[in-house]
Amino acid sequence: MSDVSSRRSAAGRGVEWVGRVAAGRLAAGAAFVRFVGGVSSLLGVTLAWFGRGLIRRRARAAPATFVRQMVRIGVESIGIVVLVQTFIGIILTLQLAPTLELYGQLERVADVVGIAVFRELGPLLTAIVISGFAGASIAAELGAMVEGEEIKALRAHALNPIRFLIVPRFVATVLMLTGLTVLADVVGVAGGLATSMTVLGVSFDTYMSLTREALTLSDFYTGLIKAGCFGAIVAMIASYEGLNVRGGAEGVGRATTQTVVKSIVALIGVDVIFTAVFFAFKV
Amino acid sequence: MTGPGVSGPATQPDVVIAVRNVQKSFRDASGREAVVLADVSFDVHRGETVVIMGGSGCGKSTLLNCLIGEYAIDGGRIEYRTSTMDAFADVASMSDAELDRLRLQFGILFQSGALFNSMTVADNVALPLREHSSVDPRVIDIVVTLKLEQVHMLAHRHKMPAQLSGGQKKRAGLARATALDPEILFYDEPSAGLDPVTSAAIDELIRDLSTKLQVTSVVVTHHMDSALKIADRLIMLDKGRVIRAGPRDEFLRIKTTAPVDLLDDDERLIHQFMNGRAEGPLTDDQGISEFEKLLVGG
Ligand SMILES: Nc1ncnc2c1ncn2[C@@H]1O[C@H](COP(=O)(O)OP(=O)(O)O)[C@@H](O)[C@H]1O
Ligand SMILES: [Mg+2]
Repeated sequence: MSDVSSRRSAAGRGVEWVGRVAAGRLAAGAAFVRFVGGVSSLLGVTLAWFGRGLIRRRARAAPATFVRQMVRIGVESIGIVVLVQTFIGIILTLQLAPTLELYGQLERVADVVGIAVFRELGPLLTAIVISGFAGASIAAELGAMVEGEEIKALRAHALNPIRFLIVPRFVATVLMLTGLTVLADVVGVAGGLATSMTVLGVSFDTYMSLTREALTLSDFYTGLIKAGCFGAIVAMIASYEGLNVRGGAEGVGRATTQTVVKSIVALIGVDVIFTAVFFAFKV
Repeated sequence: MTGPGVSGPATQPDVVIAVRNVQKSFRDASGREAVVLADVSFDVHRGETVVIMGGSGCGKSTLLNCLIGEYAIDGGRIEYRTSTMDAFADVASMSDAELDRLRLQFGILFQSGALFNSMTVADNVALPLREHSSVDPRVIDIVVTLKLEQVHMLAHRHKMPAQLSGGQKKRAGLARATALDPEILFYDEPSAGLDPVTSAAIDELIRDLSTKLQVTSVVVTHHMDSALKIADRLIMLDKGRVIRAGPRDEFLRIKTTAPVDLLDDDERLIHQFMNGRAEGPLTDDQGISEFEKLLVGG
């Protein structure tokens, strides 16, 4: 076997290699399209059931699930979000201070921290925290339900798993991520404020009035719009990965890591689009 | 008499499920098509208990999933005529709403029990009632109590599924399956993974339910003892086909025939399966072809 391949020309091997790489890329491309298509159609069905639920108000078991999900996704991640955003406030302030001091504008650190946190880091980092926290656990939970035939059993009882399981998780994630982003904004600015007061010697009043001046309403709501969409992305990717679990406990483990990795890539990718659109329309 | 050769529309008036030429294959990871059900046809009559037998991996669960509309079939028809229907209706041509209405007449006991792990046993049983009926919560409580008592699980009603043994999970699953007084009960390997005593108790429960509730039961199993205990009629699957369908006595005769030479090929296979022999037509065949494939095709 080995002497056959060694007699083949280098060019032949090269062509074969290109072919193999191309086939690999093609397969990866197809998998990507399948993933995006799958997540999008899941989102469509989820929104349809959500809409129907609002009109018919017949989802009797959902409210309890909904509250449980809100607590799980929101309340349990408050601590981590606060911690991360405080650190971000401190890091931003210390990183920016030397440059701003060069221009004699040290107190302007308040502007930059405020805008960066409200428009960008509040929603994005909160979403990333949630993807690792709630996203992974949603994927694991749904995956275990698939493996335990619970999803099949729901359908067998004429109960739609999307309405029953996905809609409450979706709504809870969107709401809690938006709420946590408001908290993240406040905490991020507080981190910047505390660092500026203690390390840079900027007064409380100066910092706060500069922050107020710098921030516009659009900084706030563009951040929240992003947060809502990020919540939808995390919930949908987690649900998709969870519902498509195959192959036992190993499959469940794979779904959780896939959820986190794919969520982070999707979040940053979508963030680019948002930022470009907001930039183009000057909002 | 329905044998492997049933075809055409079901003629007997009491046929509830008519399965005709059902085909189902799966695509594996490398994209190759694996045929699991090649051509399966049989009838299920009102009120009877039919046991579908076959070796592990022969497609029993797949067939059950096709019957309950969980898997779409690749060919053939699966038709139902329950007491609320005037004519046969094909599962494949039903809308989601129609399929859901049909499913409300099913009770299904999955292989693992498939309890909802986030709810207590009582809530598991109550869920279909809460979702599909508008009766008073107090009435639901009474029904739940009755259903749990029927499977001797009342003492465990406040437990979570994780706290139950395998046999208890199946009992609780059975209570949930019967919550809406179904017309057809499906069981996937009801005695798999249970000790002989628990398994016998489950068999008794199945018999009990079928006589008390007058339901039609379809049981998938590879346990011969329980098959012979609960079945009115048996169906033997092999290589994606029904090789024999008949009343219990016919299968009993095949099982107990002493010199195997008196039996034809299919009967010899059934004989081997029912008596749990390692050697016979069921195994030779598979062994050799696999071996040849490895040698020649590798
Ligand atoms: N969802 C599926 N996807 C791919 N292959 C499957 C799937 N379900 C079952 N199979 C394959 O079909 C065959 C029959 O499986 P199954 O119906 O579970 O057998 P049984 O219940 O008789 O033990 C097996 O080879 C199994 O690998
Ligand atoms: Mg099985």
